[in-house]
Parts: sequence; C-alpha cells; structure tokens
Amino acid sequence: MGQLEIEKLSETRFVLQMGPHHPATHGVLKLYCEFEGEKVVKIVPEVGYLHRGVEKLGENKTYAQAITLTDRLDYISSMSNNIGYCLAVERLLGIEPPLRAKFIRTMVAELTRLSSHLLWLATHALDIGAMTVFLYAFREREQILDFFEKICGARLTVTYPRIGGVRVDVTDEVLDEIYKFMDVMLQRIDEYEGLLTENRIWIARTRDVGVISADEALSLGITGPALRGSGVYYDIRKLMPYDAYPYVEFEVPLGVQGDTYDRYLCRIREMRQSCLIVKQCIEKMPQGEVLAESAPEQDMPHQTKRKITADSSFWSGYIRFTAETMEMFPKGEIYSAIEAPKGELGFYIVSDGSVKPYRMRVRAPSFIHISAIPKLCEGHLLADVIAIIGTLDIVMGEADR
Amino acid sequence: MHPSTDNIIEVEKDVKLIKGSDSVIITTLDKLINWGRSNSLWPLTFGLACCAIEMMAAGASRFDLDRYGILFRASPRQADVIIIAGTVTYKMAPVVKMVYDQMPEPKYVIAMGSCACTGGIFNTYSTVQGADQFLPVDVYVPGCPPRPEALFNGIMKLKEKIMKESGRWGSWK
Repeated sequence: MGQLEIEKLSETRFVLQMGPHHPATHGVLKLYCEFEGEKVVKIVPEVGYLHRGVEKLGENKTYAQAITLTDRLDYISSMSNNIGYCLAVERLLGIEPPLRAKFIRTMVAELTRLSSHLLWLATHALDIGAMTVFLYAFREREQILDFFEKICGARLTVTYPRIGGVRVDVTDEVLDEIYKFMDVMLQRIDEYEGLLTENRIWIARTRDVGVISADEALSLGITGPALRGSGVYYDIRKLMPYDAYPYVEFEVPLGVQGDTYDRYLCRIREMRQSCLIVKQCIEKMPQGEVLAESAPEQDMPHQTKRKITADSSFWSGYIRFTAETMEMFPKGEIYSAIEAPKGELGFYIVSDGSVKPYRMRVRAPSFIHISAIPKLCEGHLLADVIAIIGTLDIVMGEADR
Repeated sequence: MHPSTDNIIEVEKDVKLIKGSDSVIITTLDKLINWGRSNSLWPLTFGLACCAIEMMAAGASRFDLDRYGILFRASPRQADVIIIAGTVTYKMAPVVKMVYDQMPEPKYVIAMGSCACTGGIFNTYSTVQGADQFLPVDVYVPGCPPRPEALFNGIMKLKEKIMKESGRWGSWK
C-alpha cells in the first residue's frame, strides 16, 4: 500500500505499485505499473482513495447548501466549481443573474483559471525537476488568492457565487488592483516561458511524450487543454457561452502534435487569454445589482415549515417529517457544463420538485483524464509516467468525489 | 525501563533519579535534545485533499517554512512529523497508518483541517471522522482549509510540546 512493492513476473518483467502516497501522483492516485525493463507495458490506475460521498451528501442538502460541497471537488479551482453548480441550478429553476454578477463571475472564473494553471505549472515543473518555476508560480498564485480574500474573504474554498448571482459586490479599489496586476501577470508569464519554453531539458522531457491524436482523445472523452493540445477546437466558453463570455473577446489556443509540450504551450497561452478576459471584464463591467431578486435564500426556508405527522399504519409513534414546500421548484432534469480549468465540468441534476436535488451527478474532467493514463503511457519510461500525470492536471478530490 | 512521571525523583535542580535503578536523567541534556529536535522538524510530503494545497503554499515562496528549519521530505523514513492534510477515507486510513508506522521514533502527528480533526462537513459512509481515531494526534489545526499561518501556529505549538518532553531519547525512546 503506502510502501513500494515490487512483484517480479519474470527476469525482466515486474510490477511496481506507485502511490497512493507518492509526491508526484498529485493526491492519492494509485497506479499498478507493469514494466519490461524500464518500459511501461501496462498501467492500471486505481481511484477511490478520496471518495467522500459528495454526490450522496448533495442529495441531503438543499440546492443552496450544496454549494459548499462543490468547493471541495476541484479544490484548486473552487470558483469554477461553484459557478458550474450554480449555473446548473439556475438553468433548472429558470433564474437569470444580473449582468454585473455575470461579469464578476467571469472575472473570478478566469482568475481561478490562472491560479489553477499556475499550480499545474508549479507541480508539473517540480515533478520534472524545475524547482525555480515552483517558487515563481506560487508567488503569483498567492497574489491571486489575496484578491479572492479581498473579494469574498476566503483563500481556497470560497463559496462566493450564489444561485442567481454572487454573494457580495466587488469594490472598485479591488477591481483597480486586479486590473493593474494583470499587466504584471502577463510579464510574469513571459518569465516562466523564458525558463521553460526553449529549455533543452524541458523539451527533451516533454516533446513526443504522451502523444495522443485528436480522434483518440475525443473517443476517450478528454476535454479542456488536454484535448486542445491535440488540435481539437472544443471550448465550452465559445461553443455554449455562459455568464459574460459572449461579451468578451478571446482566442482558443490549439496544439498540433498532442504531446506534453503542446499541452504545456496551450495552457501557457490560455493563461495569457485569461489575463485579457479579466481586463475586458473589468473594463466592461456595468453597475447594478449582484443577486437576482428571484434567487433562493441561502437558508432555504423549508426547515421551519416542516410538518410532523404521525404514521400509525406501520409503527405507532413513528414520526414522519414532510416538507410543506414539496412543490417548490420545477420538476425535471438538467445537464449543464462549464469550461473549468481542467476541462468540461458538468453537473447533472434531477429535481423531484422538492428543495433538495433527487440526484446530483458530477461529470469531473479529472476522472476521465485518469482513464487516459494507460493509453498515454504506452511504451514510455517510468520517468515519463510522472510527466504524463502532470500534463493531464489531475485533482483527486474531483475524480473520486 | 521507561521513565514515567511516577517513578522519577528530582534530587537537585536538573538532576533526576529513576526509582529502583541506578540511572540518572540529566534534564539539561533533555533540553539540548529537545532544542535540536524542535528546530529541525521534517514533515512528510503527504497530501490527501484540499489542505495539501495550503500545506504546499506554506512551503512555497511567500510563507516559506524552510526558515523554521522545516523541510518537506518525501520518504517516511526521513520524517519526524506527519501532517494529515485532508480527508481520511476508510480506504486511505490503512495507508496513512502504514506510512506512520514506517516513520522512525520519535514521531509526531499534526491533524490539519476540519476533516482530519473531526471529519468536517463529510459525515458520510466513507469518511473517517477524525484522524485521532487511528493515530495519536499531537496538534489539531482547525479550518477548512486552515490558512498557512494557522499551520505555522500548529507547528509552533508542536515545538512547545517537544520542548516540554523529558527522557525521550537514547534507548528509552
């Protein structure tokens, strides 16, 4: 288990268990690797070490209460998770957030994308052996987390977006600071590129490693920068725009070869686009309300309206709680997806009309990306497995839920 | 013989005797060892969930744990303290226990975050309700997730605790 266990199959063939405690598996992922010499023959990922029962918990909380659970799915980009969930519930309930809230959401979603990509860059480079990038990237990440603190008071698990808008308004001073920081950020991205893009060691470790063609990537269900690295134009922000994305202009960077280096370039270019989106959002942000009038209260008022009825048919004295507001929301089901930093993050919600979702399913990009590890690692060396895990940008909180 | 507080007699300042033996404990040496031990706490790089990101931030450029002599080690054989950073599930608990068992004595446990302290918001079928159910936790750091400063405070508290130890060296462990 936590220990390195080596099982010899023949003279040159052996099985090595990597994880769940390994600094380069980005959490608690376990890989059964079968090697021929140092070449990978077979890899079987094992997930579930961080299964916390988020989907089941979501069924026991009201729509508004479940926002806090979505923070802890992809804990590196909690704003995007919140927005994805709120958007799904908004589409289900037919609530339209005010325009200012939409712009604020888009801004914080792109800031989250920046911080998520910075953490990806830091850990990916650290795994391959570039320590300086780790320290540089965390320097900027802390500044973005400072902005989150100024916006909503929390660093990591923010719970800032609400169903029908956002919790509090952003002051102009903070917007000014963010706007100024974006110029700095663009320079800093050049700095990272100066360290890595033409670095011979970096190219040797990432070029032609983990190559996946566009067809294969599509059939495996890969989304996000990992798919765009293979040259597929699939970005939900463009194809199915939500929030304020129709109002801003940005490009979708695409790769050519579909290897680790292309995915790296894609993410770096995406960070530049994110900076530009944040700037546009601040420029175009209108004044006004930040929460829709029809938005449900955070403490959805069903607790006080419960009726207690004695059910005498089965057990006398058995008490059943029935919500008076059983027909509070429309019945139906919805699948709604957003472009999270890792890929397509979808929420599938079935409503039975009560204040709680009947079923909440999360389509997490990390889980699907893990299923692509065996395909990507075929015929590579053990050291390349580390690079491939890094390039897929896996977060186990969201994969295991 | 393990020295406990019952069978130790203090004969003069900083010199103690163990009842029924000829052994002498010189507590000045205790202080020296505790000083050395508390100033080079090496935690294990062991991230479980969200709190691991804050633990990484604590070790990175802004907060910089290295200035306290705290270096993250990837192997449990070289680590003094394990920071349980995140939710422990029933599937993960045996692994955490095994990693803890691999650490050499003396070893300390910091439970970082609500999940490691009490189970937090995840009161479900798959989550261990607190790391103290299977590990001897020394310091609890609450928060969801705790800020890096809170983790620092927890480590300072652990240092204070180590400074108060006596006789936890040599063959006595």
